[in-house]
Amino acid sequence: MEFQFQFDWQAAIDSIPFLLEGIPYTLLISFGGLLIGFALGIFFGLLSINKKWFLRWPATAYIEIFRGTPILVQVLFIFYGLPDLIGGPIDPLTAGIAAIALNSGAYISEVVRGGVQSIDKGQTEAGLSLGLSRTQTFWSIVWPQAFRRMIPPLGNQAIVSIKDTSLFSVIGVGELVRQGQIYIANTFTAFEVYFVVAIMYLAITLSLSLILRLVERRGLASV
Amino acid sequence: MTDIVQMKGMNKYFGSLHVLKDIDLTVAKGEVVVIIGASGSGKSTLIRCVNGLEEFESGHLTVDGHPLAPKSGNPKSLAEIRKEVGMVFQQFNLFPHLTVKRNIMLAPKKVKDTSETVAAATAERLLNRVGIGNQADKYPSQLSGGQQQRVAIARALAMEPRLMLFDEPTSALDPEMIGEVLDVMRELAKEGMTMMVVTHEMGFAREVADRVIYIHEGQIVEQGKPDDVFDTPQNERTQAFLSRVLAH
Repeated sequence: MEFQFQFDWQAAIDSIPFLLEGIPYTLLISFGGLLIGFALGIFFGLLSINKKWFLRWPATAYIEIFRGTPILVQVLFIFYGLPDLIGGPIDPLTAGIAAIALNSGAYISEVVRGGVQSIDKGQTEAGLSLGLSRTQTFWSIVWPQAFRRMIPPLGNQAIVSIKDTSLFSVIGVGELVRQGQIYIANTFTAFEVYFVVAIMYLAITLSLSLILRLVERRGLASV
Repeated sequence: MTDIVQMKGMNKYFGSLHVLKDIDLTVAKGEVVVIIGASGSGKSTLIRCVNGLEEFESGHLTVDGHPLAPKSGNPKSLAEIRKEVGMVFQQFNLFPHLTVKRNIMLAPKKVKDTSETVAAATAERLLNRVGIGNQADKYPSQLSGGQQQRVAIARALAMEPRLMLFDEPTSALDPEMIGEVLDVMRELAKEGMTMMVVTHEMGFAREVADRVIYIHEGQIVEQGKPDDVFDTPQNERTQAFLSRVLAH
């Protein structure tokens, strides 16, 4: 018996429209989750460098828990576990967004902490000595500089989170991988379809890298 | 009341290190006080206490009528003091994300609610005064060290301070740029600004200071008119210090 594999271009092309239907979900979960994750990251990141232990401690706990457990377990817990607690179902899209938000939020907290701590103490002293309050000094002097330094690691996290959404096929969100699985179940063209799926992820992440590089260059030009 | 700064029995510790020991010091309005001493003697810490960048553990400190309690008590006084006291740092500490002009406009706008146009006009006037009126729209990193320090002085002056603190303002500068910064400070002194200056520039101290204070291991060992302190120091520690720094 002779075995010969041939890449079926027609099968790949045919799968595109169906796969494209998954992209809005992939983008919605990624960017919806990242947006909330960014808010969580600022909140917990700043708490984690507070002088008061009772503010710092919960932030550290949050960061360690969501950084130290797999995102797959987190989303399964939210989707299958949490309904037992709240007494009602959670739809897969909400569960996916929540998982990305909580998980990226933990990593972004660390990015925020590092960014803020990298700004020289002299900047704060200069602000305070000019009569600005601690809050004013932070938001108009320290934060803008810290944020600029945070752009590369934030971009990194965005790319990681976009790829993490592929795991959410397990809870049945109709994102890119899930669409691929459904399509393959009918056509048995796994090689072609996963190839196209991979190209689509790459298109999203490469576009993001490009945008970030432009933003970074513009940001750095003024320093 | 003509004393802008009054310190009485002030003590400051860094952990177990006793950095300021029973400091008694008053600075009169319009007076230029230059503080000299070896590195680690506490001279920078002393002026950093005046605007609350350092807390002190015991004693009394009043700045322009506002009492500042040990351990950063009286936050209200502290806020008032910082509005009235300008500070210039060794490392300039300009805000790198803002243009030179925005560096100067920030505090008047945020702290005094000065309008954009008034703040901008003030910034331009001050930049002209320190001799860099043509650099307003540049970023700090595009200026030389001497220019940056002059911007820092202009930035402090924009708050119309009653007292200016200088913490080794020329120590981070290349030798050829020290003069331009000292010139600005000399002008400021001439115009009657009350100043506390920590510096190693003994020529400047002799020429501009109304009073020179020598600090050794956290204590004021000697003070007086510059000619007296430099030419006929009474304390042997002052003599030793001066012979080291004036020898070259």
